[in-house]
Amino acid sequence: MWPSILGNFGEPLLYLLAFGYGFGRLVGDIGELPYMVFLASGIVCSNALTTASFESMYSAFTRMTQQQTWGSMLDAPLTVDDIVIGEICWSATKALMSGSAILVVAMLLGLVGGWQAVLALPMILLLGLCFGACAMVVTALSPSYDFFLYYFTLVMTPMVLLSGVFFPLDQLPSLVAQAAYLLPLAHGVEIVRPLMTGGWPSTVLPHMLVIIAYGGAGFWLSLYLLRRRLAS
Amino acid sequence: MDANVVSETATTVIHGHGLRKQYRQHEAVRGVDLSVRRGECFGLLGPNGAGKTTLLRMLLGLTEPTAGELTVLGCPIPAQARRARERIGVVPQLDNLDPDFTVRENLATYASYFGLKASDIAPRIDELLAFARLQDKASAPIPALSGGMKRRLSLARALINEPELVVLDEPTTGLDPQARQHIWLRLLQLLDQGRTLILTTHYMEEAERLCDRLAIIDAGQMVACDSPRALVAQHIERHVFELRGRDVGIWRERGAELASRHEEVGDTLLLYSNDADRLHQALNDHGTQRYWHRPGNLEDVFLKLTGRDLRD
Repeated sequence: MWPSILGNFGEPLLYLLAFGYGFGRLVGDIGELPYMVFLASGIVCSNALTTASFESMYSAFTRMTQQQTWGSMLDAPLTVDDIVIGEICWSATKALMSGSAILVVAMLLGLVGGWQAVLALPMILLLGLCFGACAMVVTALSPSYDFFLYYFTLVMTPMVLLSGVFFPLDQLPSLVAQAAYLLPLAHGVEIVRPLMTGGWPSTVLPHMLVIIAYGGAGFWLSLYLLRRRLAS
Repeated sequence: MDANVVSETATTVIHGHGLRKQYRQHEAVRGVDLSVRRGECFGLLGPNGAGKTTLLRMLLGLTEPTAGELTVLGCPIPAQARRARERIGVVPQLDNLDPDFTVRENLATYASYFGLKASDIAPRIDELLAFARLQDKASAPIPALSGGMKRRLSLARALINEPELVVLDEPTTGLDPQARQHIWLRLLQLLDQGRTLILTTHYMEEAERLCDRLAIIDAGQMVACDSPRALVAQHIERHVFELRGRDVGIWRERGAELASRHEEVGDTLLLYSNDADRLHQALNDHGTQRYWHRPGNLEDVFLKLTGRDLRD
């Protein structure tokens, strides 16, 4: 319980404070935003990615293999589909819990621009569902815990670095910036950042559709793979 | 539902016909017919890799048979496996209790998988804690339990939904004699309550003591199915003499004359006979030959039907 709270809440907070204060002095403002304010909204989104992914990979994998919790559920009148839905919802719930905590801290630090920041919460939940479902595909394919490092290094870290969490996308070559929009995190940032800085996103639906598409595809694929893996 | 089906399900709890399971490389179950009657304890006996666990998974609808028909508690499997599992309790081969929860929380959580509410189920949990003699451990975390306690809790957990059928995969493997005796008593109690049990085991005395009928499974096929007593009577002579020592060589030929069947296993000579007196006399006349006389048992049947080769 406590280790997981520390990981899900403490780590992003450290990033926010260290980067915000340390880096912020060097960087100054980004557009009209102080760096710390810019960063806070990015961290809220990337935290949804890491929290939901971690839960869907390490914790779910432990329940599937080591603890055989899924096995005991399948002996009861539950199905693989029930379990996958439950796991993804739990991943999203954890993302929402730690996201809310970070939002509160950001607010106390004066990094939030207006009441509409509350609307970031449903977006965090949606991002949690999306990333929880995508990570579940990795879990379905994984032979061991080591396998998750591929996803961390090859997918998650590049996505965090290229989605406008730490610096604006227009700093990147335009081809790379465009490529970033093929991934869901950049779309989350596009919605959450204006909400947390007192403004309104110019477009919402197209961004949400990308996130929903990734989540839907991840959900469908992980269901297919886990049904096969667990039915043998 | 027509009358025919009703009368069949009233006496037959599991009905399987021509069950097969083909994996990529090998066929784990190769045409098994299975019929388990209401209220009986049915045993599945077989060496490792014989297909016992695959068969159990099939009954629960967790492994889809490649061919064959299967009905459990009147539900076609796997089509209505979920409905069937609402009325089945499962004790898995390896304990999969949730280590993050206490004993009581484990039971309450498992009840929720059946749609039972924690508040409604509280008296049932107390009953089950008493049944498993874990009243004092209700708030203990799982890692603090001994192997025997975990097994008792697994059994209690399997009963949370008042199941008509209880499926047990090697229920007493790895337990000390006291814990095993306790589990046996509890299983007999479940039979008295009219529940049907189906269990796999490697222990012959467990099968002999508990099972009304048992099936011996080898290489995915059922090689025999009857009551333990009938199996012994059918396959093994009444008396078995086990001879060991340097003089065993002499008895190879004499034994073959006196006994109806003989077999050499390592440096032990086994003589099987329905007439113990002649063998006793001959062996005692010889004087120096050490031997052990015992009745034919289920292990003899098992080894005769499945062979003595090691299974890995």
